[in-house]
Amino acid sequence: MNKFEYVRPATISDAVTAAARPGAAYLASGTNLLDLMKGGITSPSRLVDIARLPGLDRVERLADGSLRIGALVRNADLAHDPDFATSYPAVAEALLSGASAQLRNAATVGGNLLQRTRCGYFYDVASACNKRRPGSGCDAHDGENRLHAVLGWSESCIATHPSDFCVPLVALDAVVEIEGRNGRREVALENMHRLPGNTPEKENVLEPGDLIVALRLPAEARAFALHTRYLKVRERTSYAFALVSAAAALRIEHGKIVDARLALGGVAAKPWRARAAEESLAGAGPTADAFRRAAQVALADAKPSGDNLFKIELARRILVRTLTLAAAGTPDRVPALPASPFSSVSGALHVA
Amino acid sequence: MNFSINLTVNGVQRDVELDDPRVTLLDLLRERLDLTGTKKGCDRGQCGACTVLVDGRRVNSCLALAVSLDGANVLTIEGVSRGDQLHPVQAAFIAHDGFQCGFCTPGQIMSAIGLIQEAQTGNDPERIREAMSGNLCRCGAYAGITEAVLDARQSIVDSSQRRSA
Repeated sequence: MNKFEYVRPATISDAVTAAARPGAAYLASGTNLLDLMKGGITSPSRLVDIARLPGLDRVERLADGSLRIGALVRNADLAHDPDFATSYPAVAEALLSGASAQLRNAATVGGNLLQRTRCGYFYDVASACNKRRPGSGCDAHDGENRLHAVLGWSESCIATHPSDFCVPLVALDAVVEIEGRNGRREVALENMHRLPGNTPEKENVLEPGDLIVALRLPAEARAFALHTRYLKVRERTSYAFALVSAAAALRIEHGKIVDARLALGGVAAKPWRARAAEESLAGAGPTADAFRRAAQVALADAKPSGDNLFKIELARRILVRTLTLAAAGTPDRVPALPASPFSSVSGALHVA
Repeated sequence: MNFSINLTVNGVQRDVELDDPRVTLLDLLRERLDLTGTKKGCDRGQCGACTVLVDGRRVNSCLALAVSLDGANVLTIEGVSRGDQLHPVQAAFIAHDGFQCGFCTPGQIMSAIGLIQEAQTGNDPERIREAMSGNLCRCGAYAGITEAVLDARQSIVDSSQRRSA
């Protein structure tokens, strides 16, 4: 790990000033950042410790019915908050399907949004990577790339965004509150991450010094609580990143879908909202045909970036499965194996 | 620049001078406080061998900067028994052969203590396996580990019910 200057500001505005300097990075829990620093993938010259900044660790229901989640709320605390888990069950399930219990106890909401890709070539400092070292090339292109992007990728970069949490959040129109050098602003989470284009090193719209202070779920996000799921296909059932994941949220009235929200994870450099597929479901009955049609629409623009054609069909199938389970009804409790397509009954073995 | 921090480690207040902010909680425990029960496996948050409780919650001590934890309460494997009386989770690991080489065991035990306090699994072995997935055992003692956690959890729940009865 490189040497760095450590500062612990007492206020948000002091933190923004301290982090606006070139080479500075925010430190919350550090579960991603310290890993990256140990590998020499990132080497900030200054760490601005925000872990004790006051007021950022609260979950509060606002007067307009929206929910405001402080950036320092820990993943485990949010997932197990009874009001949160009841109101946004797919988000709770996504949180519990990510990482391990130890990491969820430490990792923060804000840090989850900003976690870096798990592309092996990004992690391997001996490899060419346009994200890590702009202009150096992309060794993933002709390398081991079966896990890589099938939507929104470019010649410069085929990496994916690894977050589970972000997938149902973009489906539910989550908004990010950002404090910066010019005050506070809001950005829809869907617009916060950027696709790689020619500048894969620019992963989001944050400017130097910008600090995520909270995440907000609008009032209408609760309306999907009865019919919502998050599913995640992994190469092992627990403690692994998604090959492909999907969040589905439906409002069903009189046997018809009146509102549908869909998003995919593990397929692009950002959590991927599937708006055209949502529209194809509006007014339809919750049937297998409608779900298959929606899945076709969602992946219409997908193309393999390497040895990963299978992910496109896998994404269609996981969308259909997620929609089917969402239509059947949200389970009373997050299943024993959160988000696993192999778990149907609490306590059942997924390997027989 | 030096940093002075104060930690409570296994119930004892420790004033620690850090000459470098890069020191992780894991390295502080092992290299500077001579508490080598906590193991360094991968040092990257993947294996769980370094699991300790910080303010009552299980975390990977390899991914925490000590300087950031000023004022925290840390519990390691050295602090869980009462003299010669083993913690119920330690006793259960012995009773159920929850290990072979033993290297991952301190982390497994600290993780299991955290799991039982979190109270999310009940007596469902599938939930216990899922909640222990952050602790790898390369000897493959998982069957015994799951039995040990189930057993220890039950005995802790039973004894707390007896106390409150």
